[in-house]
Amino acid sequence: MTMAPPLMSPSDPMLGVDPEHGTSLWRGAWRRLRRNPVAILGALLVLAFVLIAVFASALAPYAANSREWASEVTLTSVPGPREGNLLGIDRYGSDLYSQLLYGARQSLIIGVVSTLLGLVVGAMLGILAGGLGAKVDMVVMRIVDILLSIPSLLLAVSIVAVLGQNRYAVMIAIASAQVPVFARLLRGTMLSQARSDYVLAATSLGLRRRTIVMGHVLPNSLGPTIVQATLNLSTAVIEVAALSFLGLGESDPAVAEWGRMLVAAQDRFASSPQLALWPGLAIAVSALGFTLLGEALREALDPKGRR
Amino acid sequence: MTDDTIGGRGVNAPDVVRRDLSTEALLTVRDLRVEFGKKGQRPTTAVDEVTFEIRRGEHLGIVGESGSGKSVTSLAIMGLLPATGVRVSGQIMFDGEDLLAASEKRMRDVRGRDIAMIFQDPMTSLNPVVTIGTQISEVIRGHRDMGKAEANERAVELLRKVAMPDPGRRMKEYPHQLSGGMRQRVLIAIALANEPQLLIADEPTTALDVTIQAQILEILKQVVADTGTALIMITHDLGVVAGLCDSVHVMYQGRVVESAQRRPLFAEPRHPYTGGLLASVPRLDSPRGQPLKPIPGSPTDVLPWTQGCAFTPRCANRIDTCTEKTPALKIEGQRALRCFNPLTLSSAGGATP
Repeated sequence: MTMAPPLMSPSDPMLGVDPEHGTSLWRGAWRRLRRNPVAILGALLVLAFVLIAVFASALAPYAANSREWASEVTLTSVPGPREGNLLGIDRYGSDLYSQLLYGARQSLIIGVVSTLLGLVVGAMLGILAGGLGAKVDMVVMRIVDILLSIPSLLLAVSIVAVLGQNRYAVMIAIASAQVPVFARLLRGTMLSQARSDYVLAATSLGLRRRTIVMGHVLPNSLGPTIVQATLNLSTAVIEVAALSFLGLGESDPAVAEWGRMLVAAQDRFASSPQLALWPGLAIAVSALGFTLLGEALREALDPKGRR
Repeated sequence: MTDDTIGGRGVNAPDVVRRDLSTEALLTVRDLRVEFGKKGQRPTTAVDEVTFEIRRGEHLGIVGESGSGKSVTSLAIMGLLPATGVRVSGQIMFDGEDLLAASEKRMRDVRGRDIAMIFQDPMTSLNPVVTIGTQISEVIRGHRDMGKAEANERAVELLRKVAMPDPGRRMKEYPHQLSGGMRQRVLIAIALANEPQLLIADEPTTALDVTIQAQILEILKQVVADTGTALIMITHDLGVVAGLCDSVHVMYQGRVVESAQRRPLFAEPRHPYTGGLLASVPRLDSPRGQPLKPIPGSPTDVLPWTQGCAFTPRCANRIDTCTEKTPALKIEGQRALRCFNPLTLSSAGGATP
């Protein structure tokens, strides 16, 4: 076997020096993430909330749900910011700042766990539907359609009613409402990717279907799902609040939770808007953090978007 | 005059004719017919009455314009046409086995190991999120019992064979880091990974720069010559055929209209369509400023083959018979021709290959 003479010398100027040469997909993505100010902002916000959730008891100046100043709360007024109480008093007489810090724990943990659960189950269904052919697709997608036909809140209420009122029931309830979203999204992306040239090329090389689905189609289809997961993190935080509003959230009233704080602030909104402002802001900023990080991650992982 | 004048591509082929070809057919396609259509609709015939054979080590060209059925023919050989909405009939015998009757599992073994294919667009035919090295080695390991390290070594060797600069470094890179020409080299390396007996190249140079086209053809020619691989070159470019192929089949609207060895076909095209194709190629020996002679009309001006000759509306040689009955593919010596009123030598304006 003779060797073809090289037609292009290795020093060809066309090849240039590629700063990304030899890096793996995830290492390259990490490098691009670190350079992206939006990613850094998102990561800092997420990190801050995670740290607050973990170290809430150390950071908070007062105990959770202390009700130390309950006597100062009247029907028409709630004490605002003052010395000792950075953000004022909540309507039950506890320190608002401390309650906010404790609230991070509930909202973020339930939000993250339920989204991860929804993502994993939804992705498995999506891979089954998008990768195993038309018949499996039919069956799986009809199941997903049934899930989707039940309003998500009603589904969540039913699940909490069946499983009992505790935080795990809330997680499963919110996750099950997210499953169809992830399943449909991943299936759709995988089906469109399955029609692309590189899949035809891989098929023409005699690769197994499993290799093509897991090694080629899936990695190219994950981007939108990752972005969707970060967006869902913020909606999950809000759903935790919605379930609390209906009295189906965490059964222990001593556990602080942003959604419930927001609900409690409703009837005092005219006189004490700060009661709604701070929990609302906390939800918005944590959601923003996840969204910024997710968007940046998508950009970093998208080979087409690389400069 | 050399091959260089046709198409002006500068592809030298001094060794094409001198190669020894075995007499045994490697692939025989007989009466291949491919119809597309949904249930209850009248099917559209994309390919009909396609018959040819290729021997080991032979280079065969299939020439035709867009929609002439050349890509569909290659997909049918590979068994890559969708399972629904397509009807394939006829016979595709590969090494004594009818591929149309083979199971999907059997076809998966054949694909990539015995028959491989190079696609037209190197920009989209590689997976963007998988490294070059993985994409080559997984094809090797998919068909052989080979360890990762060994497969990687072989992948580097393959990249070296297709004249890829710095192959070791390229292994860890992603397709977007390579130019179009380099990606096509990778695709050639992948196609040759398991030393297939037959390589189908579906317009491998169409999406590339003209300067890169010649390089890629040269590489392709070298690697198939080294391994004794039979090659089906699907193209619309007669320059590519002139530099590479032993025999040529010209297709028009799904049927072969003329087949012959390369030399007689270029020297004396008999079908008016072949003649038109050759006359429309720019030639180095034509006087300065002489306009090119295009084939009048467009590929959409067709008569269904069932009513007559599909080329009639664009044909300068048409006679009444052309619209009255369907011409059959007649074999005259070394040549097969589907025409009622073929060109004679004087009117053909042939080119010397």
